[in-house]
Amino acid sequence: MIIAVSSQGKSLKDPIDLRFGRAAHFILYDTASDEYRALDNDNNLNAAQGAGIQAAQAVSRGKAEAVITGHCGPKAFSALQAGGIAVYLCKENTVEEAIQAYKKGRLEQAEEADRSAHW
Amino acid sequence: MRLAIISGKGGTGKTTVAVNLALYLHREGEEVCLADCDVEEPNAHFFLDAAWSRENRQTVAVPEIDNAKCLGESCLQCVNECRFNSLIWMAERVMVFPELCHACGLCSFLCPVQAVDETTRDIGLVRRGKGLGVDICSGLLRIGEAMASPLIRRVLKSTPGQGIVIADAPPGTSCPVMETLRDVDYVILVGEPTPFGLHDFKIAVELVRKLGLALGTVINRDQMGDDQLEKYIRHERLPLLARLPYSRQAAAACSRAEPLLEAMPEFKEIYRNMWENLQKEMQAGGK
Amino acid sequence: MGKLAKRNAGRGQISIMQEIVVISGKGGTGKTSLVSGLAATGTRQVLGDCDVDASDLHLIMAPEILETHEFISGQQAQIDPDLCTGCGLCRAYCRFQAISEDYLVMEEYCEGCALCLHVCPESAVSMHDRHCGQWFSSRTRFGPMIHACLGIGQENSGKLVSIVRKVSHQTAQEKGAENVLGDGAPGVGCPVIASLSNADMALLITEPTRSAFADLRRVFDLTRHFKIPCLAVINKADLNPDITVEIERFCLEYGLGAPAKLPYDQDFTRAQIQGQSIVEYHPDKWTRPMQDIWKSAAEILKH
Repeated sequence: MIIAVSSQGKSLKDPIDLRFGRAAHFILYDTASDEYRALDNDNNLNAAQGAGIQAAQAVSRGKAEAVITGHCGPKAFSALQAGGIAVYLCKENTVEEAIQAYKKGRLEQAEEADRSAHW
Repeated sequence: MRLAIISGKGGTGKTTVAVNLALYLHREGEEVCLADCDVEEPNAHFFLDAAWSRENRQTVAVPEIDNAKCLGESCLQCVNECRFNSLIWMAERVMVFPELCHACGLCSFLCPVQAVDETTRDIGLVRRGKGLGVDICSGLLRIGEAMASPLIRRVLKSTPGQGIVIADAPPGTSCPVMETLRDVDYVILVGEPTPFGLHDFKIAVELVRKLGLALGTVINRDQMGDDQLEKYIRHERLPLLARLPYSRQAAAACSRAEPLLEAMPEFKEIYRNMWENLQKEMQAGGK
Repeated sequence: MGKLAKRNAGRGQISIMQEIVVISGKGGTGKTSLVSGLAATGTRQVLGDCDVDASDLHLIMAPEILETHEFISGQQAQIDPDLCTGCGLCRAYCRFQAISEDYLVMEEYCEGCALCLHVCPESAVSMHDRHCGQWFSSRTRFGPMIHACLGIGQENSGKLVSIVRKVSHQTAQEKGAENVLGDGAPGVGCPVIASLSNADMALLITEPTRSAFADLRRVFDLTRHFKIPCLAVINKADLNPDITVEIERFCLEYGLGAPAKLPYDQDFTRAQIQGQSIVEYHPDKWTRPMQDIWKSAAEILKH
């Protein structure tokens, strides 16, 4: 299964980006093979609006079935929910730590957005 | 004739001027309609103690995708071309986020199979009524709705085509004010003689000049602060239509939402002069 | 909200910093005077002027600008007159009536949807970045300040406000500041929503007038919509004691607690003319009331 982690950089050692829509990158990590690739989120960084749902579309296209990020607004949340993508919110420092926490079942699935809509 | 009252800074007395001018003109036998375009915080009706005779819910068009017709992932023109990022491809269908939509119609134009229908999003109310004999149209933006301009357009549309229309603009100098200034014949800029008042006044002057509209000025709360506003008005050779004196009594009347023409009869003379000056300016093709 | 979401609803690694935004609904109620008064009595803070359309805070703060950045947001259409044949399709399709009779794009009405680009049979339309204003990172006598200036007649979409807030947060983190104090926009539309969303608390400044009370109810609805704790401040409380009582009753009824009250006082204008906060203008009189508001805010932030 592929999980998408919002990240400030392109490697597992990079810190998590707490933002979802305006994250610098997503790390798409395959839990079956332990392989990963980085997905650029450049286009969304400067979007006037709609960054959250565009990011949701991007991770869905990357075949992710779960997202690990810091915060998630209502529109992005409903987009991910529509795509059957589970959302896990976390405060771990690096992408690697977040993935480990996920694997050990230490992350709890979010039932709703933890942030209100913003621009 | 279509007039707009603007102020740059909020709380300068824009609504006070709009209401009292409308009331003065009505009492002089003119056919006048007050259009409250401050749809985020409409207050003019309080001063007229207006009763609404009609309330119409306003909507804007937003897309709805007919999934049976949609060509799906092989097309995605609507998703890819929307400049407002309001559509995405998710779970094998196009998903629309109406709150992001600007109702531009691009998706429906681009769709090769007419799969984009239009549904609606509620933006607020347009209310029509009367208070102290004056006709009033007023918009009320739905809480949580971000875009004021479409509702302002509806308010102005619902005003009569003849007589005098006085539009009470929102504060500031951004897009909702621009919307209010569409198709107006004359702009009255109300200023306050304070540093904040002067700063925002200057920006509003620039805006009106950019649009090439005729402009007259009013100093509200004259003597409240310093003389820099008046110096600026003189320096820029702007017509000064009236000065409204500053008093705590006037502030208290405004706090009770009483028109100054009612509470303080001496204001009638001031509005008479304001109107005469304005007419002179318009005849002279005032700038 | 799920348990985890709740645990994480704070600011994660930056949870020590709190953001307080002052909003008013109605303009002219003394919002910027209150912000500058609070700034003069606050410590370890970053100021963020979110009132980017009619920003006045800089008139008191006299910021020394350290960095200037262009603000580019969205695009606008341009029609090449050499290619345009005047067929009228763009004018017919544009829902914002942004194209003039002589086929010029009126930039003040163009929302940048690019429908004209697709409609034009002559490919005469191109899209260009829109310069909408500037934002600044500055130094003031009360701490760092982030502020902005929206271009005249530009769309205040809230994005510039979001930039001001984002940079204020970053600056607060860098400087280890405890508070971000924001001067919010008037109204209840985009700019206010952008000023408020995800703030830790809002100070609602109002005055005892029919208009301001009506506007207070609307901004209060907005803060509830966004689940933001608030404290009300009634400025010019003695101007109309009856309405002041009504506002106090409203605050208690809706769980806002007892509002702070400030008197109707010429010092607000006099201080402004001197380019000072009320606290600098008359420290004996205004230091205490401002400190009291900080204390009440701190109480609310604890919960």
